[in-house]
Amino acid sequence: MATTATATTTKLWGGGKSPFNVEYGKVMMWYFLMSDAFTFGAFLISYGTIRFSTNGWPDPNEVFRSFPFAPEGVHAPLVFVSIMTFILIISSVTMVLAVQAGHNMDKKRVVKNLIWTIIGGAAFLGCQAWEWNHLHHEGAWWGSNPFLNHDGTASSTNFTNYFFTITGFHGFHVFSGVIINIIMLIMTLTDKFEQRGHYLMIEKAGLYWHFVDLVWVFVFTCFYLI
Amino acid sequence: MEHTAEHHEHAGGGTKEIIKVTVILTVLTIVELILGFWMIGIPLENQALRLGIKGTIVILMMAKAFYIVAYFMHLKHELKNLIMTIVVPLALFIWFITAFLYDGNSFRNLRNTYDPHFKEQSTIKVEKKEHGTSEKHEAAPEKEHATH
Repeated sequence: MATTATATTTKLWGGGKSPFNVEYGKVMMWYFLMSDAFTFGAFLISYGTIRFSTNGWPDPNEVFRSFPFAPEGVHAPLVFVSIMTFILIISSVTMVLAVQAGHNMDKKRVVKNLIWTIIGGAAFLGCQAWEWNHLHHEGAWWGSNPFLNHDGTASSTNFTNYFFTITGFHGFHVFSGVIINIIMLIMTLTDKFEQRGHYLMIEKAGLYWHFVDLVWVFVFTCFYLI
Repeated sequence: MEHTAEHHEHAGGGTKEIIKVTVILTVLTIVELILGFWMIGIPLENQALRLGIKGTIVILMMAKAFYIVAYFMHLKHELKNLIMTIVVPLALFIWFITAFLYDGNSFRNLRNTYDPHFKEQSTIKVEKKEHGTSEKHEAAPEKEHATH
C-alpha cells in the first residue's frame, strides 16, 4: 500500500500529476467558460420561453434590414449580420493560427495573427455599435418597440428587451476579449512568453475568444435567422 | 520544457485541419443564410415548411458549435476525462430547453383559452407605421409603444 502512505489526511487531491494533462489555468478557463455557457444558455432559454408563450413575434428580416451608407428604406435583410458573422469566424481562425504559432515559439507569427484577431474584434464591435445606433434611431430600445409582429398585430417590448440585453452581453464579451488580446499582444511584444519558455497564456486567451465566437453562432441563429 | 513535450502529444492536425474547419464553418454559414433568404418568401400560413427550415437551421447551428469547440477550442484532442468534465454537465441543457419551451407553449395555450383580451390582442391588425424615418420616432415618447 504505497499510495496510502503518501496520501494526505484532508481527503483533497494533493497535487502531483495533472489528471487532465493540461495546466491548471487551462482547466480553470474551461470551467469558467462552462459557467459562462450556462449564463448565456439561461438568457437564450428565457428568450425562447417568452417567444413560445406569445402569439406573434416581429419578423427579423423586417427589423434588421438596413446597411451602413445605404439609402433610407433599403431592404437588405441578413446582409449586414452575415458580414458580422464572417468577421467573427475569420478572427477566430486568426486566433487559432496565433495559438499554433505559439506552440512553435514563432513570435513574429503570434504578433501578426494577434493583430488580425484584434482588428477583427474591433470591426465586429464597430458593426454592432452601428446597428444599435440605427435601431435606436428607429425608436427601438429597452422598453420601446416600434416594430409590429410578423402578422401585422401589435408587438410587445419583450422583443427589443431580449435583443438588446443578449446582444449587449455578448458585445461586452467581445469587448473584454479584445482587451485580453491586446494584453496578450503587449506581453508577446515585451518577450514575456519568450522568457517563460512557452506561449500557454495565448491558448487561454484563445479559448475565451473562441467561446465568444461560439456564443455568436447561437445569438445569430436565435435572433436573426429563426 | 515538459510543457512543450506534453502538448506535442495531442497537438491535432495543424494548419491543414484549421483550413478544413474554416471551410466547413463558412459552408455551413452560407447554407444557413440561403435557408434564411428562402424563408423570407414563404408566407406565415405555411407553418410546417417554416418550422422545417428553422429546425434545419438549428441542426446546422449545432454542427457549427461542434466544429468550433472540437477543433478551434481543441477539445477533441484533449484527454477523455476533460471532455467528459465539460460535456456531461452541459447535457443539462437538453432538459432545460425541453422543459422551458414546453412551459412557454403551455402558457400561451392557457392564455389563449382563458384570457379573451390576450387572444383578441393577437388578432387585431395595427396600421403599419413607417419606421424608416428617424426624426418622427425620436419626437414620439418612448413609452408609447410599450404594449404589454
